[in-house]
Amino acid sequence: MGLQHEEKEILRFTTAGSVDDGKSTLIGRLLFDSKSIYEDQIDNLQKISEKKGISHLELAHLTDGLKDEREQGITIDVAYRYFATPKRKFIIADTPGHVQYTRNMITGASTANLALILVDARKGVIEQTKRHSFIASLLQIQHIVVCVNKMDLVDYGEERFNEIIEEYKSFASKLKIKDVRFIPISALNGDNVVDKSAHMPWFSGDSLLGTLENIHISSDHNMVDCRFPVQNVIRPFSDEFHDYRGYAGRITSGIFKKGDEVMVLPSGFKSKIQSIVLGEEELEEAFPPQSVTINLEDDIDISRGDMIVREHNQPEPQQDIEAMLCWMNNDAMSPRAKYAIKHTSVEARAMIKQVLYKVDINTLHRQEEYDTVGMNDIIRVKMRTTKPLLVDEYNQNKGTGSFILIDESTNETVAAGMVI
Amino acid sequence: MRKYALSHLQELEAEAIYILRETAAQFENPAILFSGGKDSILVTELARKAFYPAKIPFTFLHVDTGHNFPETIAFRDELMQKLGANLVVGLVEDSIKSGSVKEETGIDANRNKLQTTTLLEAIEEHQFDACIGGGRRDEEKARAKERFFSHRDDFGQWNPKNQRPELWNLLNGKLNMGENFRVFPISNWTELDVWQYLTLNNIAIPSLYFAHERQVIRRQDTWIPNSEFISLRPKEEVVTKKIRFRTLGDITITGGSESEADTLELILEEVAIARQTERGNRSDDKRSETAMEDRKKEGYF
Repeated sequence: MGLQHEEKEILRFTTAGSVDDGKSTLIGRLLFDSKSIYEDQIDNLQKISEKKGISHLELAHLTDGLKDEREQGITIDVAYRYFATPKRKFIIADTPGHVQYTRNMITGASTANLALILVDARKGVIEQTKRHSFIASLLQIQHIVVCVNKMDLVDYGEERFNEIIEEYKSFASKLKIKDVRFIPISALNGDNVVDKSAHMPWFSGDSLLGTLENIHISSDHNMVDCRFPVQNVIRPFSDEFHDYRGYAGRITSGIFKKGDEVMVLPSGFKSKIQSIVLGEEELEEAFPPQSVTINLEDDIDISRGDMIVREHNQPEPQQDIEAMLCWMNNDAMSPRAKYAIKHTSVEARAMIKQVLYKVDINTLHRQEEYDTVGMNDIIRVKMRTTKPLLVDEYNQNKGTGSFILIDESTNETVAAGMVI
Repeated sequence: MRKYALSHLQELEAEAIYILRETAAQFENPAILFSGGKDSILVTELARKAFYPAKIPFTFLHVDTGHNFPETIAFRDELMQKLGANLVVGLVEDSIKSGSVKEETGIDANRNKLQTTTLLEAIEEHQFDACIGGGRRDEEKARAKERFFSHRDDFGQWNPKNQRPELWNLLNGKLNMGENFRVFPISNWTELDVWQYLTLNNIAIPSLYFAHERQVIRRQDTWIPNSEFISLRPKEEVVTKKIRFRTLGDITITGGSESEADTLELILEEVAIARQTERGNRSDDKRSETAMEDRKKEGYF
């Protein structure tokens, strides 16, 4: 017993919603119904509910965060929550929904397989729904689950649910989203959250938890284009491993096999994979997102920031990069300023040469006229870097298509970038 | 499982190894905060794997309250020797002697809070620019908001309102003079994940985690081990029970629970069906609703 759960897959999802559309209640419900809540936490909830004079358990309090957040009834930052079922382990990046926190949504979305978007059945699709969906599509989250919540307040009506689906689809047609599903729920009462609801026999789909457990996420990694950015060079300097040189890193994409002919960039030297190891264990092959150490047959000068690829499938070394940027800092972007750029294991400097337009994330309109670029703005830019970066387009390869910009005076991360 | 899919433990391992390797690459003088508890043992094992066959490129730092389980110290010394690691110990006793902290008085006095000062003093003395800890986000609500690379100002303080966003797997470890980072490679692991991994890989842990007979005292709904640092309160008595510890910390505040689990498999079974949170037996967290948050802001682990 106990070990039967060892073969679980991880699904990472992000939730977004505003203060009162029931997001905290929904997460509380998932944690509670999947028995991820301990007795002392339930005791604590009971105390809070009694204090407030509420008869039911206030599940929303399970996701209560820091002192300031509780006092103001808001979420300031991304909070991570965990629960597991016999099928999967789930990591929730719970992000606040208000407009000033777009930066947190983007942070949560950057590692998610799936985005869960909450819509209040009474209100339907509102600006915030559009904003969240746009960010999910910008960050190329593969799956979106739209939960139409508070169905109990619209008499569990099928017609209202269908109206919202139509409303959502008509605006989402402008976005690139591969897979959207709709589920009518009541987070408060638990309808269609874990178990199928008896109140909505007209709904033939799976419950939310069923959907999260079964959705197919295997195609989320790029298994074709081999990219291995070198993080460290392993040199033991011991008698036993006298001439050992291993290249440590995480497989960004593609499948690497023992014996493969590979090329090292930017030098262009060619060699063969002698072995792939993880600790003492030798692997026949490695795939994303594995962390391994690769040993080559030839003694080549390789250091952090180099990339191991296949000769006939190389990323483009680029110094002039066009990208979408999400600005994430209180300090506005300074025109033509230079920033440090981090891309894979490479660091360089970059200058933003030109801002092509700013996206109005509520209407999706492109604004070519604007004053400044500040916190939460999304812009399309042309940049020049101090050395060529080995990039792929973000929509082909998230690992080699993403980067961050850092303000060199404050060291803060000021922007998230996606190569076009 | 499908071909080309990782199990959750393999994926968590890959993530932690990636973070440890970034730490080695981005910082000049990182240290592993080693307490002898299972989480720091896990971090140590992951670091060993990340850099094998080379040695772990980090110093080990133990912040010692002086109120130890002898078993933990013996385990620590043996492991350090096996790894050929460089261990430095920051003694809370020294911070008390030098006057930078005052021993708490009163019935609930303990040295938990004092550790923060000793930790910050050790960071300064040894010029560590990153301290790698075994903190997990599922432990406590303040920890749920932690980053992998958590920035601390030159007073060692955590500012939850102004953390650097962490995007994709791009970690920003840039710092100014005097600042440092805390690094949490096992952020995404739950208590159950940790036990599964330790069991699956047969990792040695201190005997205290296994059920054993011990002299204990009933206090605040938990079994506090009898030791030279404990004074009995009225109506308290020392009894012998078969207990095990779910977390290890300062011996005066770490409670055990009655258990028969004396193998890793049995512990795993117990953890899987546990109905109380892991830190429920830690009186340091019971001081107030925001005990952990307040300590973290001051520079706690």
